[in-house]
Amino acid sequence: MTTRTSWAHNPAAKKLMEEIEARRALPAVVRGASRRQFFKMTGLAGAGLVIGMAGACSKQNGAVAASDGPAADFNPYVQITPAGVIRIFAKNPEIGQGVKTSLPMIVAEELDAKWEDVEVVQSEIDESRYGPQFAGGSLSTPMNWDRLRQAGAIAKAMLIAAAAAEWDVAASECSARDSAVHHEASDKSLSYGALAEAAAKGPVPAADAVKLKDRSDYRLLGKRITGVDNEAIVTGKPLFGIDQTVPGMVYATYVKCPAVGGRPATVNIEEVKARPGVIDVFTIDGDGDPLSVMPGVAIVAKSTWAAFAARRALNVEWDESDASKDSTSASDEAAMTRATQAPDSTVESFGDVEAALSGAAKTIEASYAYAFVSHAQLEPENTLAHYKEDGALEIWSPTQTPQGAVDLAAKVAGVEPEKVTLHQTRIGGGFGRRLMNDYVAEAVAITKRVGKPVKLQWTREDDMQHDFYRPGGYHFFKGGLDGDGRLAAWRNHFVTFSGDGESPITAGDIGKGVFPGELAGNYKVERSLLDWNTPSGWWRAPSSCTIAFATQCFAHELAIAAGRDHKEFLLEIMGEPRWLKEGDPGVMNTGRAAAVINLACEKAAWGRMMPKGAGLGLAFYFSHQGHFAEVAEVSVSDDKAVTVHKVWVAADIGPVINMSGAENQCEGSVMDGLSTMMGLEVNFENGRALETNFDRYPIMRMRHAPEVDVHFIQSDFPPTGAGEPALPPLAPAVANAIFAATGDRVRQLPLSRSGYRFA
Amino acid sequence: MVKLVVNGREQELGDVDPQTPLLWALRDELGLVGTKFGCGIAQCGACTVHVDGRPTRSCVTPVGAIDGAKVTTIEGLAGEDGALTPLQQAWIDEDVAQCGYCQAGQLMAASALLADNPSPSDEDIDNAMSGNLCRCATYKRIRKAIHIAAKGNGQ
Repeated sequence: MTTRTSWAHNPAAKKLMEEIEARRALPAVVRGASRRQFFKMTGLAGAGLVIGMAGACSKQNGAVAASDGPAADFNPYVQITPAGVIRIFAKNPEIGQGVKTSLPMIVAEELDAKWEDVEVVQSEIDESRYGPQFAGGSLSTPMNWDRLRQAGAIAKAMLIAAAAAEWDVAASECSARDSAVHHEASDKSLSYGALAEAAAKGPVPAADAVKLKDRSDYRLLGKRITGVDNEAIVTGKPLFGIDQTVPGMVYATYVKCPAVGGRPATVNIEEVKARPGVIDVFTIDGDGDPLSVMPGVAIVAKSTWAAFAARRALNVEWDESDASKDSTSASDEAAMTRATQAPDSTVESFGDVEAALSGAAKTIEASYAYAFVSHAQLEPENTLAHYKEDGALEIWSPTQTPQGAVDLAAKVAGVEPEKVTLHQTRIGGGFGRRLMNDYVAEAVAITKRVGKPVKLQWTREDDMQHDFYRPGGYHFFKGGLDGDGRLAAWRNHFVTFSGDGESPITAGDIGKGVFPGELAGNYKVERSLLDWNTPSGWWRAPSSCTIAFATQCFAHELAIAAGRDHKEFLLEIMGEPRWLKEGDPGVMNTGRAAAVINLACEKAAWGRMMPKGAGLGLAFYFSHQGHFAEVAEVSVSDDKAVTVHKVWVAADIGPVINMSGAENQCEGSVMDGLSTMMGLEVNFENGRALETNFDRYPIMRMRHAPEVDVHFIQSDFPPTGAGEPALPPLAPAVANAIFAATGDRVRQLPLSRSGYRFA
Repeated sequence: MVKLVVNGREQELGDVDPQTPLLWALRDELGLVGTKFGCGIAQCGACTVHVDGRPTRSCVTPVGAIDGAKVTTIEGLAGEDGALTPLQQAWIDEDVAQCGYCQAGQLMAASALLADNPSPSDEDIDNAMSGNLCRCATYKRIRKAIHIAAKGNGQ
């Protein structure tokens, strides 16, 4: 380790994940208590108050009466107009995971609103009204399930109370359905629109005083509901961050050293200033934090293209004395050396792995490795920011962590967070990249300097050179089998990266509870650290997305070594159906695991004879509270051309909220997994990413997309997220299928490193 | 001065540098932001528009090179009365989009395909659409929506 700063060591990123984890880990009862206070605090807003509407509305019913009056405000999630438009606020960022549709569906279900009457509005950013607002960890559904059901149920109770008062009957005699309250005994009905104004003035029931619906009474949840922005998307409406405009706006590009930590030493500022359309060129020192503003050169111009074109004339000599010198080839070599040395530390241990390995009837060893990759979300980073004369800051930004963005923007601008208004836009892909708000900070630094609204636009090269990459890593396994071919011991020496020599880089750790964990009886995960400088971050299903490949392939290797069927071997490891930690949704339930393994195999007709060069591969993984098993059917030609014909997905994420969205997430995750495992890698030399655009980063195209067959076990556990957990099992399922088809065990990702390619 | 006919309307591009890619002229000069920037090197297809009816990567097409051309963007795909094309309707009904960012380019590529080939096979679709990346990988639904729109055309 050198003495200089490592740009990969980032306590702030760690804090962000800790906050997310802490929120996830809160026991339900504690969350319930805080919610009650929250409704008490915010549910009393008077009728007719219409709060600010940031972002685009999505009308479900085309026919909003022109004579419609002001909406009655029930709580932060529900407003109803006299004409019966039911406005539901979508609190979290929409990055393609479908929450702008699915979260309002939860409110609408408990409200007994007709979906056709619902207009979805992206909410403002306000933690006091909405609690945590972010898109990460597949947490939008589990963290908001109770809160949103209660918001709908409370509003419904108020509407029923208003109707009962109007008819002078008991509320218990009334029921709600299809946006109206009914009194069966007298055959009377009143629409929500007619009731709204009086209802919103009534007392607000406590969250625990309202009855939530039984699952068997659901009319909306579980159906296929199409996305609320679909029409705006197919007609090219300005939805995304990159689409935002305000009068008087100028455009900016920001140039940083390709090796993180470099600073501009000499810059031909005057020459670039003289280029057509250029308004200003200046250097920014920044605060030296990759999560905020790193040193660079800003070019402000009259159009995006004027800024990009001027950039071609820019000559910067970088002072790289503090810059990263990271090298992938050097790391690969160092990892192999570390494998032969004693590990730095033990992460988790059960039983006595060394004794069990010595006593095993058979042992096998294998080493696995995978590359760094980029998020490559299709919308390059951008932000529109306006620092105004009165010190107020208005921002339009595609960010997964808008509340964090407000705090960061305030810090960069040197104003109080109350002075910052951030509008949520639709987001052209997240995958974890936009958990970091560096591009927001840069836009703020530039608008503060020029005093005008500034649209900062990154190029694709900026995006891939200044990503928070998914870390690569190395696993050195030794496993033991007993005389009956059962798993007897499992040792995993994980070699990862560190920025401070003490803790792994962001998303580069291996946690406790990684498969097979205590189920192996004798189990040990050890860890060693290699020096690393380049920032890393969370990429779809962080750590699971890579660790699943290594562990689920090695499990298959053990099954093969034992002469056992992979499915039977896995089911035997799962053992009796039980929750490994009762009541903790973050921990695997072996019964749910076995059920999805059985279902995937049943659907794929596991065990059938395959023609020469073809094979089936299986993998299971538990992540983000979801149990997923996948079977891939693959054929491989003699020259290593791979066709993935079909992938069967069996999932248990509890009850499905929106079937269309959930299936889309699973299909997309499977294809993302396949795309990434086949040919995607970012390598570094002298601190620089070598792959900086799609010509060298071959994201999978349509012709290679497999058929995907998704099946849900809709168990009675609370619903959990679908954006991530379908991804981790894909790579091991395909690699195991390649082994079945060819006998070749691929232990490195991407597969292209071993000569494989799409057919 | 470069002139274009964009979505049926004549547009004079004032003092726009003829080297400016069509993408940025559309977005920044004409306010048509439905056409998207993805890579800038004609690899992803997010910027696909029709130039004289042909699907074209607007990010690498200087406006000076297409002076006088007819350009159709995603905003001009529907009829003047706002009536959606069968393709757009299929995209909505099949719930194709995830993030939605690439879909304008996908729709422009698909509509050019259907104009040439009203009932494409899977292979025809793969060939025509493989220039368009979808990072969310909604490929299966894109293919299905094209088939549905093609069937609708034939009726």
